[in-house]
Amino acid sequence: MEALIHIAAAAVDPADAKKANAAIGAGFAYGLAAIGPGIGIGYVVGKAIEAMARQPEAAGMVRTTMFLGIAFTEALALIGFVVFILLGL
Amino acid sequence: MSNESVSPMMTRLEGDAPEILVSLDILKRGILVTPIIVAVCSVFAGMDGAISAVYAIAIVLINFLCAAGLMAVTARISLGLMMGAALFGYLLRLGLIFLAVFIVRDTSWISLGALGGTIIITHLGLLVWELKYISISLAYPGLKPSARKSPTNQR
Repeated sequence: MEALIHIAAAAVDPADAKKANAAIGAGFAYGLAAIGPGIGIGYVVGKAIEAMARQPEAAGMVRTTMFLGIAFTEALALIGFVVFILLGL
Repeated sequence: MSNESVSPMMTRLEGDAPEILVSLDILKRGILVTPIIVAVCSVFAGMDGAISAVYAIAIVLINFLCAAGLMAVTARISLGLMMGAALFGYLLRLGLIFLAVFIVRDTSWISLGALGGTIIITHLGLLVWELKYISISLAYPGLKPSARKSPTNQR
């Protein structure tokens, strides 16, 4: 088994290995970058729904604020995505 | 004071959807600003940069429209569904953006730097610009009324 690992390691070109590591790192970075905005959007939407259920007459205001909040939070995920495409795609 | 509880699962919102108005306004401003962004990208990355910038702007604008459309449709059904649509819509839209970039990543005309930079700058820039025209009030929950349409200006 150990010999097979050595053979596999020897067969891998260092440039390819570097590229593969960059792709794996970028994938992790994108995943981590998407978690934060996901939590943030959940919090924003949850509070907005609560506010709309309490005060339906203010629903229009809350919806606009929620939409903008979601869009701004999503920008964080897009930044993570752009780092991902520049590093590893 | 009433003890009657309001269930978000049963409550639904009728009337105009302010997020649709906002996203259509963002679309309008995005189309206005496209030539400037394309010109800047073409200076830095040539023709590839210009085409990539157009593609990135299209991704951002479609993303805004999808987000608003999803929320507007589900709000008419129930608030709980709107919450689900907002959360799963986020995942869905990220997946669609990934797919849109993945499809074109190996094409000859793509410039990933211009594409990525344009996505971030257009998304944030349009949002910040739009804030100037948002009126979050009971009378006008979406966009500010233009000076011409305002009832106080009518004679």
